[in-house]
Amino acid sequence: MLARLREIDRPLAAVVAALSAYGVAVLYSAGQTDVPTFVTTIWHRQLLWLALGIVGAVLLFRTSPRMLEWATPFAYGVAIILLALTLLIGTGAGPAAGTRSWIAIGGVRLGQPAELAKLATILMLARWLAERREPPATLRELVTPGVIAGVPFGLVLLQPDLGSALVFVVILFVMLFWAGTRLSQLVLLASPAVGLILAFSTVTWGAWILLLCGLLLWWRPYVWEGLTVMFANVVMGVIALPLWQRLAPYQQNRLLAFLNPEVDPRATGWHIIQSKIAIGSGGFFGKGFTAGTQKRLAFLPAQHTDFIFPVVGEELGFVGVVAALALFAALLFILLRIARRATDPFSSLCVFGVAGMLFVHIIENIGMTVNLMPVTGIPLPFFSYGGSFLLACFLGIGLSFRVAWESRQSGYL
Amino acid sequence: MNAFHPHLLDRRVRGARFVVWSALGILVVAFFRTQILGHGKYQLQSETNRLRPIPLPAPRGVITDRNGRVLAENVPGYTVALLPGPEAEMRTALARIARVVPLDSATIARVLDPRRRAPYHPAVVLSNAPFTVVSALEERRIGIPGLLIQTEPKRLYPDSTLVAHLVGYVGEITESELASGRFRHARLGSLVGKDGLERAYDDSLRGADGVRFVEVDAVGHLVREATEAAALAPVPGAPLRTTIDLDLQRYIAELFPRGQRGAVVAMNPNTGEILALYSAPGFDPNAFVGGVDPAYWRSLNESEAHPLLNRAIQARYPPGSVWKLAMAAMALKRGVVTARSRMPIPCRGGMAYGNRFFRCWEGRGHGDLTLTEAIAHSCDVYFYQLGLKLTLASLLEDANAWGFRRRTGIDLPGEVVSEFPTGTEYYDRLYGPRRWTSAVTLNLAIGQGENAQTLVNMVRLYQMLATDGESRPPFVVRPRVLSATSLELTPDQLAVLRRAMRNVVEQGTARGSRLAEISIAGKTATAQNPQGPDHGWFIGFGPAEKPEIVVGAIVEFARHGSSVAPLVARTIARYLGVDSTLVRELRLVLPADSAPEPVQILPGPLPPLPPVIPLDTSARDTSRAGPPPRD
Repeated sequence: MLARLREIDRPLAAVVAALSAYGVAVLYSAGQTDVPTFVTTIWHRQLLWLALGIVGAVLLFRTSPRMLEWATPFAYGVAIILLALTLLIGTGAGPAAGTRSWIAIGGVRLGQPAELAKLATILMLARWLAERREPPATLRELVTPGVIAGVPFGLVLLQPDLGSALVFVVILFVMLFWAGTRLSQLVLLASPAVGLILAFSTVTWGAWILLLCGLLLWWRPYVWEGLTVMFANVVMGVIALPLWQRLAPYQQNRLLAFLNPEVDPRATGWHIIQSKIAIGSGGFFGKGFTAGTQKRLAFLPAQHTDFIFPVVGEELGFVGVVAALALFAALLFILLRIARRATDPFSSLCVFGVAGMLFVHIIENIGMTVNLMPVTGIPLPFFSYGGSFLLACFLGIGLSFRVAWESRQSGYL
Repeated sequence: MNAFHPHLLDRRVRGARFVVWSALGILVVAFFRTQILGHGKYQLQSETNRLRPIPLPAPRGVITDRNGRVLAENVPGYTVALLPGPEAEMRTALARIARVVPLDSATIARVLDPRRRAPYHPAVVLSNAPFTVVSALEERRIGIPGLLIQTEPKRLYPDSTLVAHLVGYVGEITESELASGRFRHARLGSLVGKDGLERAYDDSLRGADGVRFVEVDAVGHLVREATEAAALAPVPGAPLRTTIDLDLQRYIAELFPRGQRGAVVAMNPNTGEILALYSAPGFDPNAFVGGVDPAYWRSLNESEAHPLLNRAIQARYPPGSVWKLAMAAMALKRGVVTARSRMPIPCRGGMAYGNRFFRCWEGRGHGDLTLTEAIAHSCDVYFYQLGLKLTLASLLEDANAWGFRRRTGIDLPGEVVSEFPTGTEYYDRLYGPRRWTSAVTLNLAIGQGENAQTLVNMVRLYQMLATDGESRPPFVVRPRVLSATSLELTPDQLAVLRRAMRNVVEQGTARGSRLAEISIAGKTATAQNPQGPDHGWFIGFGPAEKPEIVVGAIVEFARHGSSVAPLVARTIARYLGVDSTLVRELRLVLPADSAPEPVQILPGPLPPLPPVIPLDTSARDTSRAGPPPRD
């Protein structure tokens, strides 16, 4: 056991340790406010989750990828059942009080199954794609992976939690890409979603349809494929309006506030304005650890979960931000290297999927604090308070350690 | 071709690297623009000494009765506050305000204490200022730096004492409440519900405060409304419709004997809707709006009568003879007796058991009775024997299963748990194993002994008896999800009990309250109170054939001149729309149908007799109940 631990991937261990320490320190600082809140002691609990995460990572490190591949359908099944259960007995909490994302037993909130379902979906997609050996070449072959990611996507969407649900879509695309699916296939697969977004104006939608016609003529897919894609795009253009009206008002506000933060200062634009003030007032070196005035006065909304990154920006300044981004970049590149050198497709896909999940969380969470992305409630890995997601991250990291160890053992470097 | 061929993988790695690099690059550029290029602008905005947030309190939701009549509403009021500034400046301002309206030293200390308000928020000097004061201050505005006068919605309870225990009152949030996280989105200085419905449904009633921003100069003078930060309008709280019938509530309050303590609960037995919930003495919830006067707060807390106590749900009383219906129901369910069963020993004013003589409240004796007659005349001797026949174990088991040591789960805060022994281990613990006898059964059988029930819990028993034996958890706005309990009686057995209760009113212990037009069923009780005169109970329902309302009343220290039964009877009649003038003149003498203490027959050491549980009227922790006085 110890001998094995000595052979782990040192750079990955160093980056994960640095990110965890950085994250807990910032979470501690987020609790140091002038206004009494329950956030003050929340970092104690985060430490407990961290310990649990490390235990989970060690367990996965001890698990052979073959064993994992065998267990994948069960893990995926359990994750789907938990998600369905969440819809029935789930509870909301804190700023997300209106949604049902938590499984609680006897009033104690245990966790958000959606976070663990992300990992299960990665494993399931990896298993399906690895078995084939060949990348999906037609749209019809994309149906199965689409369903694998679509079921958790739909269940999370019903909670309703659009932000987390979209993560499943990104995971699907990332893994299809890594499995070698042609870019044209991915674009065609994504085209209905693009059509949906562009349908807010007839002009942009018309332009998109023309572009799509051009692309179809260029790529020459099967005739029925082209027709299906075209049909899906037209349908999206038609249902865009009713769909928009069915969105919860807070979701509409978030999307509108992304375009113009002044539009609804209470619900969401307010968050972005406060977040930008905190980050901007940090300057180059920041106001000093735990000394951020915006944070101290509780101007920052959700400063321990979704909006924890402005605390970094305000207190540690541009330097702290770049340091955090550099650590994240290092983590992603290390995972990329591990995925590249993995001994088998399943391991490779798993690691790349974990990297993709972390990537979308990082970009979306940090991006929304400077208004580059719409506000969604998805956490920042290693920083945001939240046990389930931290656990999911560490499980993914533990898996990556194992894959790295396997390729080292086989001399495949 | 293998999709995982190293050359192909390398191509994808390059693609992925490119995406990661460009995404992180865009982020770095965005942060550079915000933090380095935009630093000056945001730095200025973060220096909040230029901008001061002024909270705009949201009006709380209106609470109405079932017919839309108002129980709690809002009226405009004036708040005088000071924008925070250097302490010397604030002292000057306070001194000038004090020339217009006298301020006590506690107020001044509170205003100057920065820990008592959210940072940069204005410090409230007078939270409910009369118009004359406001206009006088407005004239002197130039000389008072940082003066801020704004209209704010104030809570008004038009019926004041009548609904005090039901709706509760509001007050400023305390630090411990804030830290507990019980009140979502509340901040220092927020008004939150402290009791009653105001507390139970605070989340929906409170709404969301708005905020506007003003620009101030270096000494804290208000310069102008800030333009760059948009004001947020407050979101009013959602209205709350209760199941209360305000007419009935008012009628009960008029009927309730003046100066007495007690409570009345009226309930729809078929749904669990609470129609009226009255507790006396009451208090004035309007006095809490804008900070309670310390003298009034002290008088409430030090009063012998505990006016803040909601006697319907927060006080436990020995149930006395109203308990006998529970005994009869248990015995019927277990098949120990039928409606016509007689007991071996007829009532001769008491019976000997062990070496004690257990008396009946009627010293002359009732003779040989059936179950129906024993209920009608509330014969203690009959029920002593019924208890022994039922056995202590069965009694304890059924009482526990039927919820006599639980809360009813009514959606009002602070309901206390009714007390009852869990099992025989309770007595082993209390007296030591084998140091007690089944004499405790005799006491339990007539509703004395280790049995203390809330009024609402006893009303729940009669609700079950009045319907199909299933409990409907009582509620004022909406039921909390609770597992329902059932008496598990057949319709015939329920009919037997209802007939017996009807006899109580027609010819039994409550015959004085009989009404010609409708039939009422119910049960009287006089519960022994070790701390003073006995308590009077009556719980009844009507019409007896198809009950639409259950009313329970308890009057503390009712002695023998009480009118508890007519109070209930007239309430039922009023609700059913029957003219109740017939009982108007009646002054019923409630029989003392509670057995006196048993007497010792033989001299010598006795196994200890269970003491009556001291009635805990001060059960509620008054330190939790209300806000600290607004010194």
